Amino acid sequence: MFSFLMAKEECISQRNKTEHSSILRNRKNIPTSLKTSQAPFTSVSKDKISQTAGHSSEDDNQSSNGSSAQLFTRRHGESPVKVLLLLVVGLSFSTRLYKITEPPHVCWDETHFGKMGSYYINRTFFFDVHPPLGKMLIGLAGYMTGYDGTFPFIKPGDKYEQQNYWGMRGFCAVLGSFLPIFAYLIVLELSQSHTAAFITAILLIFDTGCITISQYILLDPILMFFIMAAVLSMVKFNQQRYRPFTASWWFWLVLTGVNLAGAFGVKFVGLFVILLVGLNTIWDLWRLLGDLSLSLVDVAKHFLARVVGLILLPLFLYVTVFAVHFVVLNKSGPGDGFFSSAFQSRLMGNNLYNASMPEYLAYGSTITVKNLRIAGGYLHSHWHLYPEGVGSRQQQVTAYSHKDYNNLWLVHRQDDNNSQSGSPDLVRHGDIIRLEHKETTRNLHSHLHEAPLTKKHFQVTGYGINGTGDTNDLWQLEVCGGRKGDLVKVLRSKVRFLHRATGCVLYSSGKTLPKWGWEQVEVTCSPYLKETPSSQWNIEDHINPKLPNISLSVLKPHFLEILLESHIVMIRGNSGLKPKDNEMNSKPWHWPINYQGLRFSGVNETEYRVYLLGNPVVWWLNLASLGLYLIMVAVASVTIQRGFSLGPKRIEQSQVLMRGGGLLLLGWLLHYAPFYTMGRVLYYHHYFPAMLFSSMLTGITVDILLNSADLILQPPYSDWMQRVGQMVLLLSVLYSFYLFHPLSYGMTGPLAHEPGSAMAGLKWMDSWEF
Amino acid sequence: MSYSACVEASGIRGPSLQSAGSTDRTPESSIGRCLQTNTKSGNRRVTGESPAARRHRGDSSRMSAMLQLPLVVTAQVDLVLVLVSLLALWTRLSRLSYPNAVVFDEVYYGQFVSLYMKRVFFIDDSGPPLGHMILALGAYLGGFDGNFVWNRIGAEYPSSVSVWSLRVLPALCGALCVPLVYLLTLELRFSHLSALGAAVLLLLENSLIVQSRFMLLESVLIFLVLLAFFSYLRFHNAPTSSWFRYVWLLLSGVSCAAAIGVKYMGLFSYLLLLGVAFLHTWNLVGDQSVSHVSPIEAAGLLVCLLVVPVLLYVFWFYLHLSLLNRSGPHDQLMSSAFQASLQGGLSRITQGQPLEVAYGSQVTLRSSASQLIPCWLHSHKANYPVRYENGRGSSHQQQVTCYPFKDVNNWWIIKHPGRQELVVDTPPRPVRHGDVIQLVHGMTSRFLNSHDVAAPMSPHAQEVSGYVDFNVSMPAQNLWKVDISNREAESEVWKTILSEVRLVHVNTSAVLKLSGVSLPEWGFRQLEVVAEKLFKAHGSSLGWNVEEHRYGTSQEPKEREAELHSPTHIDVDRKISFWAKFLELQWKMLAVKQEESEHKYSSAPLEWITMETNIAYWLHATTNAQIHLIGNPVSWGVANLSLLAYQLLAAVYMLRRRRGFKDLPDAVWDQFVCLGCVCVGGWVVNFVPFLLMEKTLFLYHYLPALCYLYLLSPALLEHTHTHLLRLRLTSSVPAAGCSVEETFCPLTYGSPELSANQLRGLRWRDTWDILYRRR
Repeated sequence: MFSFLMAKEECISQRNKTEHSSILRNRKNIPTSLKTSQAPFTSVSKDKISQTAGHSSEDDNQSSNGSSAQLFTRRHGESPVKVLLLLVVGLSFSTRLYKITEPPHVCWDETHFGKMGSYYINRTFFFDVHPPLGKMLIGLAGYMTGYDGTFPFIKPGDKYEQQNYWGMRGFCAVLGSFLPIFAYLIVLELSQSHTAAFITAILLIFDTGCITISQYILLDPILMFFIMAAVLSMVKFNQQRYRPFTASWWFWLVLTGVNLAGAFGVKFVGLFVILLVGLNTIWDLWRLLGDLSLSLVDVAKHFLARVVGLILLPLFLYVTVFAVHFVVLNKSGPGDGFFSSAFQSRLMGNNLYNASMPEYLAYGSTITVKNLRIAGGYLHSHWHLYPEGVGSRQQQVTAYSHKDYNNLWLVHRQDDNNSQSGSPDLVRHGDIIRLEHKETTRNLHSHLHEAPLTKKHFQVTGYGINGTGDTNDLWQLEVCGGRKGDLVKVLRSKVRFLHRATGCVLYSSGKTLPKWGWEQVEVTCSPYLKETPSSQWNIEDHINPKLPNISLSVLKPHFLEILLESHIVMIRGNSGLKPKDNEMNSKPWHWPINYQGLRFSGVNETEYRVYLLGNPVVWWLNLASLGLYLIMVAVASVTIQRGFSLGPKRIEQSQVLMRGGGLLLLGWLLHYAPFYTMGRVLYYHHYFPAMLFSSMLTGITVDILLNSADLILQPPYSDWMQRVGQMVLLLSVLYSFYLFHPLSYGMTGPLAHEPGSAMAGLKWMDSWEF
Repeated sequence: MSYSACVEASGIRGPSLQSAGSTDRTPESSIGRCLQTNTKSGNRRVTGESPAARRHRGDSSRMSAMLQLPLVVTAQVDLVLVLVSLLALWTRLSRLSYPNAVVFDEVYYGQFVSLYMKRVFFIDDSGPPLGHMILALGAYLGGFDGNFVWNRIGAEYPSSVSVWSLRVLPALCGALCVPLVYLLTLELRFSHLSALGAAVLLLLENSLIVQSRFMLLESVLIFLVLLAFFSYLRFHNAPTSSWFRYVWLLLSGVSCAAAIGVKYMGLFSYLLLLGVAFLHTWNLVGDQSVSHVSPIEAAGLLVCLLVVPVLLYVFWFYLHLSLLNRSGPHDQLMSSAFQASLQGGLSRITQGQPLEVAYGSQVTLRSSASQLIPCWLHSHKANYPVRYENGRGSSHQQQVTCYPFKDVNNWWIIKHPGRQELVVDTPPRPVRHGDVIQLVHGMTSRFLNSHDVAAPMSPHAQEVSGYVDFNVSMPAQNLWKVDISNREAESEVWKTILSEVRLVHVNTSAVLKLSGVSLPEWGFRQLEVVAEKLFKAHGSSLGWNVEEHRYGTSQEPKEREAELHSPTHIDVDRKISFWAKFLELQWKMLAVKQEESEHKYSSAPLEWITMETNIAYWLHATTNAQIHLIGNPVSWGVANLSLLAYQLLAAVYMLRRRRGFKDLPDAVWDQFVCLGCVCVGGWVVNFVPFLLMEKTLFLYHYLPALCYLYLLSPALLEHTHTHLLRLRLTSSVPAAGCSVEETFCPLTYGSPELSANQLRGLRWRDTWDILYRRR
């Protein structure tokens, strides 16, 4: 009810402000008392009216209550609006920052992202499937608040002890606190209704899931912050459409671009919000194109402005983030092996950094062989056989991204086994060699069996014992672009291994083997002799005590090459996250119905338990509103299509429903539907961006539904009903938050199915695990 | 191109011909009109006609009123249509029984045909049963008895198998596609010349010929989808006053249902058709000139396009299930109740088993987990290793596993905790929901036990063991509470097969669960069984049901062993309703995921557009004669070109319209949009889903999408010709297509045999795999 006073007030103040703006068209400034003179303008295109924050006072008078409200608002000027916003801000921050330091141990994925934050502080190179911005910000927050990067973040449950972890958590929580505020502003902008905005904010503030996910060192609050900020600035930008190329127009455009870069720089999920903004922009340009009062040059200007603001600028920022990432992380670390030899040579502490090794490949050397395909691994073998039914049951040969002693191979002549004394012979282009796996003493071998995954290729195995095998172990070494007699340069020569017996070439297909192959990458022998990076290799490590070590400078890779390389590694890593067999994995249809949460901390009765689960009242209300929204839109669009005459209030409501609601529905769909097509392992928390959109849609839908009470009831009763509805909604959200708050703020003691528990009787679904 | 102008012009006959029951037409007037329109046959008839003005193609014959004398029959035959139909029949049906050997996927569909002939139950996750049934119908008409083992591609058919009848139905469908695209183009309001073009493109497409000539389903699917669109457009273009048009609508719904029944891919075309129908209805709603949308129209659409397809889809399953009533190799995928309903399967064993489980009953407990492999609770004389590979310890008690084969070690005896007897009292004391029982392993007499020890593979869950007392202060915890999850009353009795039971461990309130993980070597690779805390556990892996059951009679272990070894027997038929069977089967078909691996000829969707890939279907046992699925490169190129051109054209038109330039009259624009909706839309819905699928895909999956492009090409050419530029290259494309078709003929029909050099010459792309025999 309170919110209605606000709604009224906002209109008045906005209107007073707009009197002074000069570029407005189709709009007169109307004193609030002159209701009648306003009426003609409601029928003018809504686009134009809604450019100012206020809207036709007729509706406001219908929806708001009586004269006392007007008196109240007039007397107090702008303050109640601010009070409402301040209330949202205050509630949001207090719910997120409350008990921020508890539990004082590592929770769930903090073990990854905390660790990666530490890597930035220590400047150690690592590899992760997400772009670096989020972790950089976490590292920065930690650095600013006195965390020294020494905590190892080994596994969930490790005690933080004296470490300053609160800064990183606090940073995430602060960003998370902005979500309800942004949602409030977005809904306000889309629906011009403070009630709708306030409902949305309340739903998000008191959702236990949103609170929990904001309170820990995770990427999600950062990601959602950027997503919501991007949507907010996009909506604000839409409102500027009647004053193009003004300062505020440019401001919101640039801000949208910056936030898009931020969202995409944290997680690839940011792509969905880019799509949303992209679709919105296309729609906007389409509208401009249809505006025949604009010349084509004007349209081109609009187009170019958007290209700069929404494509070039974010791209530049995104690339900058990566540049910073590569500059900051200049020490060798756990991520080295994923990258090419050239890249590794710029990491301090890596064995290729200022490398010193024998310059030319020689017989008897111990080497590692790296595939030249981007993000290709090292030629690898281990004590495991191919399983039954996959070619012949010999030892597996794979490509593996990590550095490992199983990547070491010995170079032999085709005939002899022992390396001779004295200075060893050098290997030349066209020589026939044998590669023996150092750890298992098997030879690199191929034969006419189908490869495990790429059926058109032949299988590559490890065969023989102590280096004794058969003629299928012989490989002809070729330097790409070389002539007979050329020496093989370590690190710099691209070489190919041609199988003597079958004439195929050693090849890395890039496909991930199933579990029996430890999810390493398949290596095959390809009968297609085309030169591709997949069939080219280089010699990376080269150990031969009999040869002098020479300092080698490796060609430094271009920045764009590193960028491309790291992206391919990331994408491959992402799709490689396949669900494990014995893990109960979450399915997308579980999420909207709040089927099952995620355990952040603690399992049994004595531990401090935090459980990520949405407030069921909020989530189920969201779900119901989605259905309700569809029905309402269907009814509205049929009536409009059929040409029934509607009152101005209805027309405006259906405009809000279709435009604003449509945008939010699209946002929800874009952030939810793609997960159905993803093969990677999915978690409950992936739904949260979509949930934000769903909640905003709920705000608009419920508000309009309650506003439509006058369809069935006479005016005074409809107002009462509306207010009763709002109160019931507010109270039920608050009460359910009171019931479920231990999920977020932690609980100890017996589990929910026992009577003594704090959560007794609240396990409404069997699948909840608290 | 010898068709009568009169026939061509028949498309623009005036309203006088329109109504189905038109009676006042005399031969003179018909001929006269024909002559009259003949004079202006040059101008294409596309623009601005109302739908009502266009019905009844020349091929339909019509009677004039019976009462009027003299009795005259006016027949109009579109000779072009007849000609292309005959050509299509000739290309698809001639020498159908060559090669007399199993060709490519015939080896896959053949096994199902055999099973139909023997009426043995099977489950195929690749698609609903209608397609298989159509193939089986052909075999049935040809007198195939099902006695042929489809084990490898290239195996010769024995003389007892009528190869012709196996292949004739798909070939017929493939042939009928050609006249159908002709008619469909006309329904899209393009000229007869375009229609002829589309028909010729389809006629000369090598890949479609190959795919039609064998016992494969694509041609059937394409035929049904085209039929659905054709009959829907017929319905839409008919005057609203006609009642007969609802027959077309019904036909459209039926063919949609049939298309989905043949392959799931049909679903996407169905959705497209629904979308088109929705748009039409939506426009009707907005049409202020129509005073009210007739409820009959709405109801007709609803019934024909929604209700009928759903019902028919279920009906296909009804047929399938009533045809296949014998047990077979795939029985074990299904629930016990389902199996019991099949002749000779589980029913052979379970018939006459006592229904109510009682204290002293001997039972096998089957896990209800809906996995590929069924399994039964099992134990054997082997203990858990003292330490696992990763260093964790175990209780070292007897292993309890889930075993996917029938075995005497799957028998358990239900024991009352308070009594020692292991035999059933007279009268039997049934076990009810909520009762506490002990389970004794029949062969080793160990009690089913669980305790707070981590399970071998799933350490978060409790170990389940057969209790061995090692005197190490680890007491027996062998009480289990029976929790019937599908009970109707609180004190329901535990019933054989029907009841799904959870066994809740009394001491720890954990639930007996199949974890689904295979044990390592020490556990003989059997499946792990654990006890999971109830609050974590949900889903079907908790449920168990009694499959085999008898009342135990022998107290002594030795006697009992003998009793367990003896087979169970008896007879009563257990019925489950059709709906339960349908839902179970449908669910299994969607849920069963076979491990997909790459096939030698599998390909990625993007390779199809450029035809980077081919499939070798068959190679003669001794010679170089071979059959390949290769498209006609010319028509393939034309198709891609027209797809691109349409999109380009549409983009230009739309941008210009937006700026207020109306290049096309509204009627032509509508026609252009409709063409895009059906053809480009059809291509999109039949192609894009494959990009998202993680299945093994083949070139033939692209054929339905390709057919839409063949519809598009000539129509687009006509549009360009009429409204943009007047070019004349029409005739060169069919000529080129025809010559290329000739070139690839030997690979399409598998004869004549080509030499290695000739074959090498046909390898137009490096990526094609054409086989040479080394001699």
